[in-house]
Amino acid sequence: MTSDTNAPLLAVNGVTLQYKTPRHLVTATYRVDFSVHKGDRYVILGPSGCGKSTLLKAVGGFMKPVEGAIRIRGKEIVAPGPDRMMVFQEFEQLMPWKTVFQNVLFPMKVTRKFGRAEARERAEAAIAKVNLAKFRDVHPHMLSGGMKMRVAIARAMALEPDILLMDEPFAALDALTRRSMQQELLSLWEQLRFTVLFVTHSIEEAIIVGSRILVLSPHPGRVRAELDANHVDFGNIDQPEFGTLSKRIHDLLFADGHTRQAASA
Amino acid sequence: MSVDVHHAGAAPVRPEFEVEPSEAVTIGDVERPLSLAERIVNNESFQRLAILVVLIVVWEVYARWLHNSLLFPTFTETVQTFWRDIRSGVLLNRTATSLQTLAIGYAAGLACAAVFTTFAVASTIGTRILSTLTAMFNPLPAIALLPLALIWFGLGTPSLVFVIIHSVLWAVALNTLSGFRAVPETLRMSGRNMGLTGARYVGLILIPAAFPSILAGLKIGWAFAWRTLVAAELVFGVSSRSGGIGWYIFEARNDLDTATVFSGLLTVILIGLLVESVIFRAIEARTVNLWGMQR
Repeated sequence: MTSDTNAPLLAVNGVTLQYKTPRHLVTATYRVDFSVHKGDRYVILGPSGCGKSTLLKAVGGFMKPVEGAIRIRGKEIVAPGPDRMMVFQEFEQLMPWKTVFQNVLFPMKVTRKFGRAEARERAEAAIAKVNLAKFRDVHPHMLSGGMKMRVAIARAMALEPDILLMDEPFAALDALTRRSMQQELLSLWEQLRFTVLFVTHSIEEAIIVGSRILVLSPHPGRVRAELDANHVDFGNIDQPEFGTLSKRIHDLLFADGHTRQAASA
Repeated sequence: MSVDVHHAGAAPVRPEFEVEPSEAVTIGDVERPLSLAERIVNNESFQRLAILVVLIVVWEVYARWLHNSLLFPTFTETVQTFWRDIRSGVLLNRTATSLQTLAIGYAAGLACAAVFTTFAVASTIGTRILSTLTAMFNPLPAIALLPLALIWFGLGTPSLVFVIIHSVLWAVALNTLSGFRAVPETLRMSGRNMGLTGARYVGLILIPAAFPSILAGLKIGWAFAWRTLVAAELVFGVSSRSGGIGWYIFEARNDLDTATVFSGLLTVILIGLLVESVIFRAIEARTVNLWGMQR
């Protein structure tokens, strides 16, 4: 039931994903289960090639599972839609022919979710929230990587989606910018308490950003663990619990592979 | 272990420190506007104008030195002839005739290109058809089709329009298609993510994203069309009542009036420059340059 407060916002049940390359049929994930609740900062963590981005694309509605089902508010996902706004890693997600303001306004205009005046107000507010008010009328090519990412986040957030899907959003940024973007994302979450599904391959980023971490095994991606990371973020990056959790995840990701290699040798 | 102990080749141990950054006033201005002279010299139009002036001077000096206006008239002579024919209305008439034919042919060519590209974007077989046709017909000079056009459509504007369509169609269709194909996957996905489908998706995402290529296609198509038209007019002269600019050149050559030939060529060049550096430049400044999609 959707009215049940304990029902998950997003339910992924036994999802197997496959895609075709010109030569192979690749199984990206195998029977993955997880659920995201309202207000979660849910992180999917795994080594590259574990199908985490494919999983996020499936939640976005860009591909269909060959097995299992993905439901949002109890309804099966069949196509892309603005209730699940995506933030991509690539800067090309912004429309170069529109200014920052027009970019943020655009999804609200095409979905007609808000009235004209309200949409404009929301766009202004979202741009102010990510500290880009000064760059409101600038085209994306004039912005730095971090600023472009902030525009993408503002654009997704202004639409107030049910869930925000972020596909390694900070991976293309330099280390210092990435750090400040993680901080900004957390402070935005403190203010707005949105639900976010966040994909990353960085253990550190997963612990900082996430409140809940799903660890996937290497190719094909299977659930390895689901951990609670609510108690750790920037505040205790130098505390032992951060290191402990980091070590635990590290072991989950790598120890397994070593033992298997040793066994097969 | 003591800090004084140095291994051979190891860097010396130095104390750590933290300081406040000094004010960067000693450099002078951190930012200053360029002087008027600097801005003029760096201006593109100014540079282009300077190149033109140099070319004209070289032309004038060479022609005077050669002193044979049958072979190579001077710049002043050419301009005088040009001005004479402008005032008598001959040149304007001829140019108007040419531009009218060109406009019809260009528009028809673009319409055909739009139809072909739509099919090509909509289906894989459409893409194959378009790329095969383009590979076949793009290298075929439009002017080579003129004899055939004359047989099919006779002496007149329809033949000219036919060859212009041929010269515009393939260049524009090819560029537009490659523009659509080059739209980044992320941008496509972000468009579909907003729930855009069908005509809205094409109109709001694909066409603007492919616009730099589309514009490049339009420019190439225009240049091909203008060239083809002048060449075609040279071959078969008058269409119905009045000839075009090509005919003007052809007539003058028959009279061994080289200055008039030059003034005809000058007109062809001037119109080319005008369209390229006024019309297309203005479109570029308002679109692809502003968007940072082309430098």
